[in-house]
Amino acid sequence: MRNVRDAWDYLTTGANWGGSEGMWHLLLQQLLLSVTAMLVAMAIGLTLALWLGHLGRAGFLAVNVTNIGRAVPTFALLAILVTLDHPGTAVFGPYGRAGLATLIALALFALPPIFTNAYVAMREIPDAVKESATGMGMTGSQRFWRVELPLGMPLVVSGLRLALVQVWATATIAALVAGPGLGTLITAGFYRTDYPKGIAAALVVAVVAFVLEVGGALAERAVDPNRKGTAMRTTPKGGRTPEHVGT
Amino acid sequence: MPVTLLVEDGISIQPSCYSRLVNKWYCADYLKDRHGDLTSALTQHLQITAWSLVLGIVIAFPLALLARRLPRLQGLVLGTSTMLYTIPSLALFPLLVPFTGITEKTVVIGLALYALTILVRSMLAGLTGVPEEVRESARGLGYGRLRLLVRVELPLALPVIMAGIRVATVSTVALTTVGTLVSYGGLGDLIRDGVQNDFKAELLAASVLCVVLAVVLDAVVVGIQWLVTPWTHGRGRAA
Repeated sequence: MRNVRDAWDYLTTGANWGGSEGMWHLLLQQLLLSVTAMLVAMAIGLTLALWLGHLGRAGFLAVNVTNIGRAVPTFALLAILVTLDHPGTAVFGPYGRAGLATLIALALFALPPIFTNAYVAMREIPDAVKESATGMGMTGSQRFWRVELPLGMPLVVSGLRLALVQVWATATIAALVAGPGLGTLITAGFYRTDYPKGIAAALVVAVVAFVLEVGGALAERAVDPNRKGTAMRTTPKGGRTPEHVGT
Repeated sequence: MPVTLLVEDGISIQPSCYSRLVNKWYCADYLKDRHGDLTSALTQHLQITAWSLVLGIVIAFPLALLARRLPRLQGLVLGTSTMLYTIPSLALFPLLVPFTGITEKTVVIGLALYALTILVRSMLAGLTGVPEEVRESARGLGYGRLRLLVRVELPLALPVIMAGIRVATVSTVALTTVGTLVSYGGLGDLIRDGVQNDFKAELLAASVLCVVLAVVLDAVVVGIQWLVTPWTHGRGRAA
């Protein structure tokens, strides 16, 4: 229990937050890393999944990508990426030590939930809705932008939320293998038996994870077309899949 | 005679493929010479994974039953477990340390909490998926609450529950490696050592073993499912 009190003291000491080794700096570094990885994964995964889903092709990818992603331990893949002889293991600008290797690994881990959810979102739109859109004279791309994407949006955003929370967790684990961010305080605290420091950093990491999750859940509700008045009342059975689809 | 000696010396000087000079990713000599390390790490890994899963299942089942009986509680149980799941593993272990210390318990409890999240969901989904008509006919046949659960609801819910156990098994095997933070990470300890000392043969061997373990345990769970749901296969298929 003394550790808990000491961890609180660590958190409430202003000096521990400032400076280039301080918690603010490491927190921003980890956020920057996570957001960049998300953008890379979205540019690839979202584009591909929405396009394939719109065309209705390559459904086996959606299932297998997720299953493979689950069996490979994050930690092992990070370790191998960092130990490989490639330029990514050096300090990489604002991303800190081993920043590029971590960035690649994070983007890889963000892909499965983004891809699977976006693909399923496109596939779950009932044929009747698509047919009526075509019947109204919409072209393929009009149908995608005005009908399929708005209807699939909640599920797409839920995939992004899952990915963001996972990327944040993985960015923390990266510290076990020389990655940047707040995780370095956790590992440093534990390897040098300075437990209060490790526990304090863990608390900050957990709080940020909550904030990301809640923010994601709010965004998910905001994009749900069924919540905005009566416009979409007749939307057919919703495109919700179980929470754990992508994790 | 001197000639043979020279030849023998020449062979013994050759550095092994896992020495610092060569440091190959794949090295059969490493597997042979250090298989003791690998077996003990694998044993620990298996132990931690198994205990976490057992603990997760034992806690998840009554929770799922309770959440089904009391709809109010359902939101609380699901909400809490989702929140738990968002805590990164590297942050969850330190938060448990004040209560459990630097022991294997920290890792087992942490992993059980993650498994719990997946398991409660799948158990609840499986149980609520049983059609109401089936329940009513069982009641009409005079089944009591316990017999209804064991003889009717559980068998029908089993495929969904087992799917959840598969997901929990595979992700627990992967997450056990993070336990290396408190030095109880099974194969994760070897991975960490491999990174810190740039020991590539050790790093790759431990990583591959970890994936193999996940695949094997997944197959074991599928096998168990096959054994406990005899009505889904075999002679009765025509019916």
